[in-house]
Amino acid sequence: MSQPDPSLSIANPEPKDTDALQKLGLALAGLGTLVLFLSWGNLPIPHTLGLILAIGGILGGISLYSYRFYMKQPPGIKNNGVWFKSLINRGVLGWIVGVILTGFYVLLYWYPEMIGFKPEGNEGLVAMFDPLSQFFKSTSASQWFVYGTLYTLAIVSLGVKFLFKYRHSTYQIKRTLSVMAAQLLMAYLIPEILAGLNYNDVTTQEGEYLGYYNTDLKNTWPLDYDFFYDWQLDAMQEEAYQPMGVLFLIIGIAMFLLVTPILTYYVGKRWYCSWVCGCGGLAETAGDPFRHLSSKKLSAWKLERWLIHGVMVFVFIMTAATVYGYFWNTGEVFGLNIYSTFQQPYGFLIGATFSGVIGVGFYPMLGNRVWCRFGCPMAGYMGIIQRFKSRFRITTNGGQCISCGNCSTYCEQGIDVRWYAQRGQNIVRASCVGCGVCSSVCPRGVLNLENGPEDKRYDMPPIIIGNDSIQIDV
Amino acid sequence: MRLTYFLNFEQNKSIRTNMQHIVIIGNGIAGITTARHIRKNGSDDAITVISAETDYFFSRTALMYIYMGHMKYDNIKPYEDWFWTKNKIDLKRAFVEKVDVRHKKLLLHGGEQLAYDQLVLATGSKPNKLGWPGQNLKAVQGLYSYQDLESMEHYSKDLKKAVIVGGGLIGIEMAEMFLSRNIPVTFLIREDSFWSNVLPQEESKMISRHMHEHHIDLRTSTELKEIVGDANGRVRAVITTEGDEIPCEFVGLTVGVSPNIAFIKDSEIETNRGILVDPYLATNIEGVYAAGDCAEFRQPNGERKPIEQVWYTGRMMGEALGRTLAGKKTAYRPGHWFNSAKFLDIEYQTYGWVFPDPKEHEADFYWEHKSGKVSLRLRWDKNTEKLTGVNNFGMRLRHHAFDKWLKDGRTVSYVLAHFRDALFDPEFFKRHEQAIVDQFNLENNTHIQLKKKSWQRILALVS
Ligand SMILES: Cc1cc2nc3c(=O)[nH]c(=O)nc-3n(C[C@H](O)[C@H](O)[C@H](O)COP(=O)(O)OP(=O)(O)OC[C@H]3O[C@@H](n4cnc5c(N)ncnc54)[C@H](O)[C@@H]3O)c2cc1C
Ligand code: SF4
Ligand code: SF4
Repeated sequence: MSQPDPSLSIANPEPKDTDALQKLGLALAGLGTLVLFLSWGNLPIPHTLGLILAIGGILGGISLYSYRFYMKQPPGIKNNGVWFKSLINRGVLGWIVGVILTGFYVLLYWYPEMIGFKPEGNEGLVAMFDPLSQFFKSTSASQWFVYGTLYTLAIVSLGVKFLFKYRHSTYQIKRTLSVMAAQLLMAYLIPEILAGLNYNDVTTQEGEYLGYYNTDLKNTWPLDYDFFYDWQLDAMQEEAYQPMGVLFLIIGIAMFLLVTPILTYYVGKRWYCSWVCGCGGLAETAGDPFRHLSSKKLSAWKLERWLIHGVMVFVFIMTAATVYGYFWNTGEVFGLNIYSTFQQPYGFLIGATFSGVIGVGFYPMLGNRVWCRFGCPMAGYMGIIQRFKSRFRITTNGGQCISCGNCSTYCEQGIDVRWYAQRGQNIVRASCVGCGVCSSVCPRGVLNLENGPEDKRYDMPPIIIGNDSIQIDV
Repeated sequence: MRLTYFLNFEQNKSIRTNMQHIVIIGNGIAGITTARHIRKNGSDDAITVISAETDYFFSRTALMYIYMGHMKYDNIKPYEDWFWTKNKIDLKRAFVEKVDVRHKKLLLHGGEQLAYDQLVLATGSKPNKLGWPGQNLKAVQGLYSYQDLESMEHYSKDLKKAVIVGGGLIGIEMAEMFLSRNIPVTFLIREDSFWSNVLPQEESKMISRHMHEHHIDLRTSTELKEIVGDANGRVRAVITTEGDEIPCEFVGLTVGVSPNIAFIKDSEIETNRGILVDPYLATNIEGVYAAGDCAEFRQPNGERKPIEQVWYTGRMMGEALGRTLAGKKTAYRPGHWFNSAKFLDIEYQTYGWVFPDPKEHEADFYWEHKSGKVSLRLRWDKNTEKLTGVNNFGMRLRHHAFDKWLKDGRTVSYVLAHFRDALFDPEFFKRHEQAIVDQFNLENNTHIQLKKKSWQRILALVS
């Protein structure tokens, strides 16, 4: 059928009158983005002013725009024109954004000097963030500080947009506030403040570097694959960092050993993937407009199971080798160099390329959860619990499904939700991150995320309820 | 051969020597469910599904979402294309012009013939046109088929105003479609508020208000008199019975649908408005069955209409007929009525029967949230106190709960006391059950106390 021409306009076709406030919002966000690009091009913008314009412009502009845009419409599902827009439909704009994002990650990981990171004195984009870094911890910014700030900015500002968009759903509101807070506090402010208080990342007056360890509480092994690396374990035990260092060591171990399996048993992996996690946080906010691009094909599911469990096995082996190397101080296991055989390939292939470059850079091509679905070992680990030992399920409401396909289309994890719903069967899938969007978009009230007894969690009804044509003996 | 086939249906199917050819006309929910359930029940007969509309089964209920840009055609296909080959269900794109029941063969458009052993007619409906002057002008149409959707898309270019005639479910869907493209809609309905021939007054008013909120120009108690064309034969205005002329470049006719059975009218298959069938969905001709929108029951099932034109009934007929054709003779025995819809942003579900006005022996209770977008209505038998039906708007309720409660003949007090078991709204949503029970107690002088939600009871509902 002839589709309307995918327009280049991001806002087409949408309520026609973009009013003055909306335009102001767009202009502010545009200005903020422009400042980032200009500073990257080394334009001499005063750092503090530039920073305020960039962060304030993007946050304020997006909030203002989405407030006006959504509040003018009655609350409800807002998917009009999703498949017509170039940006989110693999059109020209989509490709442009994809290339920019991918390029940014490549520079960030492998050529940080090209965005201005210079140990002898920053320039360009990174230099603009120096005042903020100085404010938190009295050192100049690193490329990671810039990245962390922008990442948090994306989650918070596009989280605000998501809140307006889904304002009719308390589940979506609470969940989004939670990922926003988790990113802002746990991943950003607390670590920066701890560093500022000299609990981390300290170089003594004698010039001795005391080391760095990860202070993002929610960034749990195995997603945080370098948790057991020797530099990390050493730093956590560094005297100057106590009691924080050891506390983080204990909490880190408790997170994957106790907290994760227990919570996943009770509520499914969603507590992490769509309520807390940083990767999930970006996917659910900045990535939300791209969710329909995930492949629903059976073949994609097959690939997913190989890949995600492959990565999981890889991280287990890599970590086992690492821990062995740490305690026996060999640097080798079975004659294989631990760094070059295990850590380095994992870090390059999975840590940087898969989770960063592909995971985020390819949002406009493959959808917003490529990493979470095909790669993340944490998701793999919790997925096994969710599938086999958990109280979580998506309940199908009897025979109410009309097979429309909204649930499958908007499942960012590419789960063919309809396949189950139209047979009256509950959905129990390892990969479900519990975003709840299938339930939100269902026009017939068929799907509900519930925690209940494991018993009968995924029984297959012999015939869909509402039809008494066959009687089932119970 | 057929006779022995049925006599032996209890025995192992491998004793059957001849494989039969089952031909199904119509690849909608009724035809496709029949085909799937023939396979599901272990038959390996050859199955051919014929349709003139599309190559593959799609969800008709989701057509609107393509126009609105929520989904593409591929998204509304419930099965991937390999599914049919894998299940050995042959799909054939063709239009059946005639059914020759004597020689058990079909005449297809283009002259091809196709022989069958068993025939299933699942040909669906077509939109009604009530004989208005100008009803065959360009850009005057209903919305039923994929081709209708393409035509709507075609006429939407430069469309400044659309008029929709007839206030049912498809009408409001059409209005929502145009709104998604910023095309203003005028909606003419005969009744004094939206769908009031099906909904009780309060619910009907609620939806009418919601339509206003979405800037739909709803003209109640107004009928279409005439459609006026321009020099190119395209509609340029409609004239109402009031004599108003409303300029428009599109007219949507949504005054119901009728069985799509013109092509068998001169066969020996007995028809009335639809194809007449018995409880086994068998027609008067041996080996010829009908299911879905096109079937008309000689004996209606309880309060149900003899022709049922909804998705769910097409599916349930397909489930029953599939079993029969696989050798397990099964009557169509629908359980308690249920249905659902979404009016712009307001969801609606219903279980059991809620008529616009309560029947003589029925009592009625209605609660509405102050937002005016959430409501609950209960009907029960005055004498026995047994629940007879529920309407819920802006709130989701568990099908299993109401199906079981209606089956078990639970009283309205029981239902309200156990209401938490039936709540199906997502976690953290505002719950209304206390407000509902309080109002009920006040109005009915009762002392119903809400029980805590019990998973044990909920799981026991799943029969
Ligand atoms: C826009 C819209 C929205 C709807 N929404 C809902 C809803 O929300 N809930 C609900 O319960 N119901 C809904 N319905 C009704 C529901 O879709 C129908 O009841 C159901 O699809 C009927 O299914 P069926 O299998 O009987 O027929 P159909 O789906 O109509 O299938 C019949 C097929 O047979 C083909 N055919 C007919 N004659 C011939 C021939 N001679 N040769 C070859 N092929 C032929 C037709 O082209 C068609 O493809 C909706 C209907 C429409 C149009
Ligand atoms: S199945 Fe539903 S809740 Fe789970 S990931 Fe997909 S859309 Fe989200
Ligand atoms: S969105 Fe709801 S009605 Fe549509 S296919 Fe999914 S479960 Fe069924």
